[in-house]
Amino acid sequence: MSVMTHEETEALIQEVLEVYPETAKADRAKHLTANDQEVEQSKKCITSNRKSLPGVMTVRGCAYAGSKGVVWGPIKDMIHISHGPVGCGQYSRAGRRNYYVGSTGINTFGTMNFTSDFQEKDIVFGGDKKLEQMIMEMNQLFPLNKGITVQSECPIGLIGDDIEAVSKRTAKELEKPVVPVRCEGFRGVSQSLGHHIANDAIRDWILDARDNDNSFESTPYDVTIIGDYNIGGDAWASRTLLEEMGLRVIAQWSGDGTLAEMENTPKAKLNLLHCYRSMNYISRHMEEKYGVPWMEYNFFGPTKIADSLREIAGFFDDKIKAGAERVIEKYQAEYEAVIAKYRPRLEGKKVMLYVGGLRPRHIIGAYEDLGMEVVGTGYEFAHNDDYDRTIKEMGNATLIYDDVTGYEFEEFVKRIKPDLIGSGIKEKYIFQKMGIPFRQMHSWDYSGPYHGYDGFAIFARDMDMTLNNPCWNKIKAPWLQAEESETATAAAA
Amino acid sequence: MPNVMIRAKNNGKLLFYIAKKDQEDEIESVETDTEEAWGGVVNLTDGSQYYIDPISPKPKFPTTLRFKRV
Repeated sequence: MSVMTHEETEALIQEVLEVYPETAKADRAKHLTANDQEVEQSKKCITSNRKSLPGVMTVRGCAYAGSKGVVWGPIKDMIHISHGPVGCGQYSRAGRRNYYVGSTGINTFGTMNFTSDFQEKDIVFGGDKKLEQMIMEMNQLFPLNKGITVQSECPIGLIGDDIEAVSKRTAKELEKPVVPVRCEGFRGVSQSLGHHIANDAIRDWILDARDNDNSFESTPYDVTIIGDYNIGGDAWASRTLLEEMGLRVIAQWSGDGTLAEMENTPKAKLNLLHCYRSMNYISRHMEEKYGVPWMEYNFFGPTKIADSLREIAGFFDDKIKAGAERVIEKYQAEYEAVIAKYRPRLEGKKVMLYVGGLRPRHIIGAYEDLGMEVVGTGYEFAHNDDYDRTIKEMGNATLIYDDVTGYEFEEFVKRIKPDLIGSGIKEKYIFQKMGIPFRQMHSWDYSGPYHGYDGFAIFARDMDMTLNNPCWNKIKAPWLQAEESETATAAAA
Repeated sequence: MPNVMIRAKNNGKLLFYIAKKDQEDEIESVETDTEEAWGGVVNLTDGSQYYIDPISPKPKFPTTLRFKRV
């Protein structure tokens, strides 16, 4: 299908919604739109951050997933207790490839699962005693932990355990921070509220720990990387670029991050925000309280990297500005070679994305660098401000879908017929069985990093590997293929 | 009476951010904007109006203030 007009896209949305009952149709229609770059405010054309309808398939997570899995989980030298029944922690254990350096079980705990394993008696009589005993025991077994967080699962809020009191008591005894996080899964409509709760917990329990401690020597070139979760080493690929241009990265939140880095973050000169959705709250707070400015950057694809590096350098003096130009020039031959190699193989291909956080808008530039076109994009748990930022990035009349249901996504794909889909594991096998090349854009399909110039080479290779894989011609059984060509010749004759 | 965080944007304009609503809008005009006082009726680019009793001296941005809807 060639590029669709605005009317055609609107008609497609109406057609797909046809099967729903009236009320569901009216509700879902608000979450789907054809992009119009003229629109300044997304709230005029799309509704977001609303409860998913009962009965439809959604891929959203819960507040616990947002806090334990995203914001707190990757802080490697703290122990994160999944407080409640065993499943939440066990089934999400090490699922996100937040790479880190350290000896797991000695001084880092990223891929381990700590849970209070609630039983019936804990629900009936309360689990505070168990939690306290557990924290003490954990500290004995893993004495090199720098702190502990209590990530509440649903029952904690339901039975009203006082985890704050336990945390305060144990923190005093251990002389380490113990952070209660009220991220029960039933809060909010998606993992997004979990991010917010986790950010607020960092603000209230961690961030001001070193306010009166000046032992950390800061330089005028200190920056932090916030909201880069180091999936497959993303944050490292970003960090090297920043360091090459002369900046000093004093903290990584949260990928490969430590407690000390977080406590020192207010001493930075600039907070670099990658995932706006999950970390903007704390960045705004630091700007207000400590006067540390923040900016969003995008390290996907050479065009956006160069833009971002120049924008970052704009906050500093001429030395850093020259450094940014030097870095861009240094990698120019490298990324031009990547584009020269893969662009002819990928030119003109159409992509549909459905991911969370920042990727539905940030990756667009990387695809465009390879000559590909993003014809549809959407977020699982975005808010208005994300769509405000997306409208400018997307072409006119392209499809935008918020919290898209399994049915809608499938129907859109059948009609738009993209050459590649980028989404998560839950969508992967449906679309692969439909014969459409697919990449997981949450975990980079166990590849990565995709950030930075080094990441772009891997990104381009992976997209080519998926799209031009010979297996896509073998989807149809050989005898069916023969029949089809026969009818075609018959029709021609 | 929403809590609003106001910060200076790169283009010099002020950004009006209501966290609860994820609303980010530029401030088009402020009734009183001098060194001594800041406040009164605030017009946003989307056409909505908010009110705050003038604060003196002018606050330093970014800061969180409590506005009334007009």
